[in-house]
Amino acid sequence: MFFNIFEKKNEKNTSKSVSSSVSSSKGHLFERLQEDYRVKEGLKACMNCGVCTAVCPAAEFYKYNPKNIVNIVQRKNEEELEQLLKSDTIWYCGECMSCVTRCPRSNAPGLIIMALRKLAMETGYYMESEKGRQQYVLVKDLCGNILNHGYCIYPRNFDYETHKEFGTVGKWINENLDDIHQRLGSNLDGDGPGGLRKIPQESLDELKNIFDVTGATELMNKVINDAHLQAQKENLTDEEYFKKVYTTNNSKKHLNNG
Amino acid sequence: MIVEGKQKIWADYQKDIPDDHYYYVRSCIRQSFFPASEVTFLDITRNKLGKDFYENPYHTTCGGIAYHSDSIPQETAMTIIARQFALMHESGYENYVCSCITSFGCYTETLETWHEFPELEAKIRQYLWDSCKKEFVKPKYLAHCSDIIYKFRHEIATKAKHKLINVKTGKPLKVVEHIGCHYSKMFPSKGFGGAEYPHVLVGMIEAWGGEVVDYPERRQCCGFGFRQYFVQANRGYSLSNTYKKFESMEPYEPDLIITNCPGCPYFLDHWQYVIAEQTGKTYGKNGYGIPALTYEEVAGLVLGYDPWDLGLQVHQVAIEPLLEKMGIEYDPKAKYKGIKGKDLGTPENPVNIKIV
Repeated sequence: MFFNIFEKKNEKNTSKSVSSSVSSSKGHLFERLQEDYRVKEGLKACMNCGVCTAVCPAAEFYKYNPKNIVNIVQRKNEEELEQLLKSDTIWYCGECMSCVTRCPRSNAPGLIIMALRKLAMETGYYMESEKGRQQYVLVKDLCGNILNHGYCIYPRNFDYETHKEFGTVGKWINENLDDIHQRLGSNLDGDGPGGLRKIPQESLDELKNIFDVTGATELMNKVINDAHLQAQKENLTDEEYFKKVYTTNNSKKHLNNG
Repeated sequence: MIVEGKQKIWADYQKDIPDDHYYYVRSCIRQSFFPASEVTFLDITRNKLGKDFYENPYHTTCGGIAYHSDSIPQETAMTIIARQFALMHESGYENYVCSCITSFGCYTETLETWHEFPELEAKIRQYLWDSCKKEFVKPKYLAHCSDIIYKFRHEIATKAKHKLINVKTGKPLKVVEHIGCHYSKMFPSKGFGGAEYPHVLVGMIEAWGGEVVDYPERRQCCGFGFRQYFVQANRGYSLSNTYKKFESMEPYEPDLIITNCPGCPYFLDHWQYVIAEQTGKTYGKNGYGIPALTYEEVAGLVLGYDPWDLGLQVHQVAIEPLLEKMGIEYDPKAKYKGIKGKDLGTPENPVNIKIV
């Protein structure tokens, strides 16, 4: 995988289940969505013109229609919203935000999608879709890199074996990482300023405090715990479950030409 | 259209950029995959243009990639950004410039959202105090690094050792410009030329002698898509977007692609390799690909930097055909060497796309 995520080896999960720290209560989904500033900003009055879908890269690739998603949210139907949060649909967007440029009513379907995704994670509904369960990979890796290194991407955790598109040059870079970064002027893991410098511990501590205060730690723990419980159900280690989520692709279900 | 009318419309798409004194923050992707580009940017601005760009070693990621992978809440991303602003203020600066386009979009979104919802800014201010005991001051000016090179493009042209011109034919090189989606698609007024007439890279190409290629999928996303690349199962999305762009630009026979987003050159470069190895198809001539470079790398070539100091050897697509078109001398034996000529071996030759 992208990053060095398996710092602690997992045994087969036989321990008692840990309860989730975030509520999965039903009802009032629209009200909860409205509390998100991305919905305050992004949902004005959709007239269903479909321009967002026409320009959307995801809509060309996946069975995906952002116009329909905005319409469901706009209808405020709780049952429809619940189904949406449980679906793969909300996870198809690439967040390029091309829709924002083109909407004649200044809606932002991409921002609404981000709010839906957050709500799906908070309610636990994301665990009911293949694409939603992928949040485990993203949360564990990206948050791990931020908290451990101060960066979203850390090259020592960028593994050629799971990124073969990095190419033959990428493989060569992986094999000579320190020499190449030194040659090109990086300060990889060094003190002081410069590219890829080691982030001072006090700055990492501040990032951790920010995570704690703003809800990122709670969200991260919930996603990791949800994955742990699911791994138990499937009689997999966390590592095995991670690999399954990272690679499972029921493409016929997702793709336009599937 | 009469010229005056055109100028009036165009004036809406301009922005003023301070001349000097910037607080500089890095990009997670650019420093990881194109590290020499950030080195080159700072060398050009500090040493070639004589400007003040300060880097505070305590700055971190803005969290933008995690935010757009829906891995951290909006409030978390905003508080990380608020911390960055606090560091800027502590350092005595008020002009903020970032290397990353995702960051530029996040900073812009944060400032615009705070402007519209002051209570959210107050909430973040409290979060920052509670977590870091810091107070922030918003930047007086926010720029992307490509804005800076755009601003000084003509000055760079006066110092040019090479032009974007084919030295054998005397004709301008045909250059595709690819702008990162989060530069101006979300907040068009924040980018040169807005989302309709993005000019930040066009201006560089024209100032340095090249000819801009217009093609149908010019504004199509490269296909990064955050979760659509980071999760292996989703990567077909990313590849398909790049494939669509290359199929669209192919008839125009571009010599070069120039980008301002850190992720785009990674995808436009590496997916060419995948397309070639899977299908046998290459988009350059004679089995080569089309080089997809950062704007810092292109500026560096124009200014006469050594191609291997610019890091052009870390691209999968071979750069040599472009160097020969521009009449740039290079040492082929030095391409894959480390410091002091250390032997680092050479990458394997792919089956279908040439790398040397």
